[in-house]
Amino acid sequence: MRNNPQKSSRLRSYFGHHLRVCLGSLGRLYAQPIATLMTAAVIAIALALPVGLYIGLSNIAQVSSGWDGSTQISLFLHTEVKKSDAQKLMRRLEKHKDIKKVELIDKEKGLQQFKEISGFGDALKYLDSNPLPIVLVVHPRIMANQPDRTTKLVKDLGKHKLVELAQLDVQWVKRLYTFIEIANRSIWVISSMLAIAVLLVIGNTIRLDIQNRREEIEVSKLIGASDPFIRRPFLYTGLWYGVIGGVLAWIITLLSLLMMENPIHKLALLYHSDFRLTGLDTGNTLLLILISCLLGLVGSWIAVSRHLKDIEPS
Amino acid sequence: MIHFDNVSKRYPGGHDALSQVSIRLDKGQMAFLTGHSGAGKSTLLKLIAMIERPTRGQIFLDGVNLNNISNRKIPYIRRNIGIIFQNHHLLYDRPVFDNVAMPLIIQGYRRQEIHKRVRAALNQVGLISKEKADPITLSGGEQQRVGIARAIVHKPLLLLADEPTGNLDPELSREIMELFARFNQVGTTVLIASHDLDLIKQMGSPMISLQGGRVLHNGLPFSLNTNREL
Repeated sequence: MRNNPQKSSRLRSYFGHHLRVCLGSLGRLYAQPIATLMTAAVIAIALALPVGLYIGLSNIAQVSSGWDGSTQISLFLHTEVKKSDAQKLMRRLEKHKDIKKVELIDKEKGLQQFKEISGFGDALKYLDSNPLPIVLVVHPRIMANQPDRTTKLVKDLGKHKLVELAQLDVQWVKRLYTFIEIANRSIWVISSMLAIAVLLVIGNTIRLDIQNRREEIEVSKLIGASDPFIRRPFLYTGLWYGVIGGVLAWIITLLSLLMMENPIHKLALLYHSDFRLTGLDTGNTLLLILISCLLGLVGSWIAVSRHLKDIEPS
Repeated sequence: MIHFDNVSKRYPGGHDALSQVSIRLDKGQMAFLTGHSGAGKSTLLKLIAMIERPTRGQIFLDGVNLNNISNRKIPYIRRNIGIIFQNHHLLYDRPVFDNVAMPLIIQGYRRQEIHKRVRAALNQVGLISKEKADPITLSGGEQQRVGIARAIVHKPLLLLADEPTGNLDPELSREIMELFARFNQVGTTVLIASHDLDLIKQMGSPMISLQGGRVLHNGLPFSLNTNREL
């Protein structure tokens, strides 16, 4: 073709063109800040929701991670059992080959603990007698990964005539883990649905953008613009929506964590724990923004490939 | 430059816009396309610009058979053509300069080159002082000249104009036509669809008359040798 510029200058100009289109798309979004922010906010909220759930769950998992090693069996003795009999039982149990250690929590100590933890201390004053039984806390030698032996031990201990109830405390930890597992799965389901919502929001926004710039697209096609050339500004617009939405989602998450940090720390102190909320680390933050960008790009690609074909000069 | 070989165009619904049209326009020529509205002028131009495809027959543009061009390659064909419309098709969201620069940006010209060429094009149509103006603030004749500047800024081999003077008074129309004649003098092939027979007569260029989708007259306007090939 007669009038085409030189190849090397074309290549330089190609990157320059990408940069200009990229900044031009941002400029268009900046020219309508309210509309842009509204769309970006929808994207951000849709992304912040699963991120928040994820942070919550990973914190729960972190708190409970120390628990499964400390499998213990609580033996609730009959209330009429005397302390001396309980001590005898304790010494006998300590000789059992599957038992590492036995602790005795007498009625007074039990009441003391109950007061501290439950916060019902004042109410307990009104009771004439201490209703709590003596508890023997048995630390088995067996680890949590040998459930059969643990179960057998619990069963054997439960048969002793002084014991009213033998309870394996690891049970509820297992239940918690199963619950976390289910919650984890549901985060995936929720995330997928919200990702589709983000795709639709971006797709719809780009579709409107295409309709608004119909004239420009028609003229561009008439003077020889290739399809990639016409697609480009819309894809960059989608990408920018992703970037802005992702950063907003990160900010929303950060603010929510800040708001929750203090009460959660207070709660942790009540449980004598130094637990503190952990937020998103740098890697996960980047991943969030990357996913957001990808959703923006894919959403706009869907809109562009569906609607750009319809606009032909006539 | 343009060669129509027995070209027919039937639109969906059965309307025959062109029937067995064979014409030839040599490189560097200027010609007019006339006929009543509905005679097929616009369709003929659309076939050259590949906005429509022929139902039958072959069209050659600068030796290239347009039937062999895939849809994906159409933009590259159009880059050799400058198209001027009756209603300008200017974009009102950007100044005159940016409108004229569009074909160069699409073809990946560098910034300095774009500035040089846009200025040159605006100079040729006499609008160099309006480069920063919004198209909407210009008069009809000025807007048409911006459209012409955009069509010639990338120095196309072929200039197509569809009723370029349709909305202009005779004085302005004459100016526009003389502008086309000047581009033709520097080697651009020009094909102008117009029904302004008085003006065409004054220009003295060959004329192709269409009626009901067929070639009625092909040669100098109202001369005796009506059957002469162009």
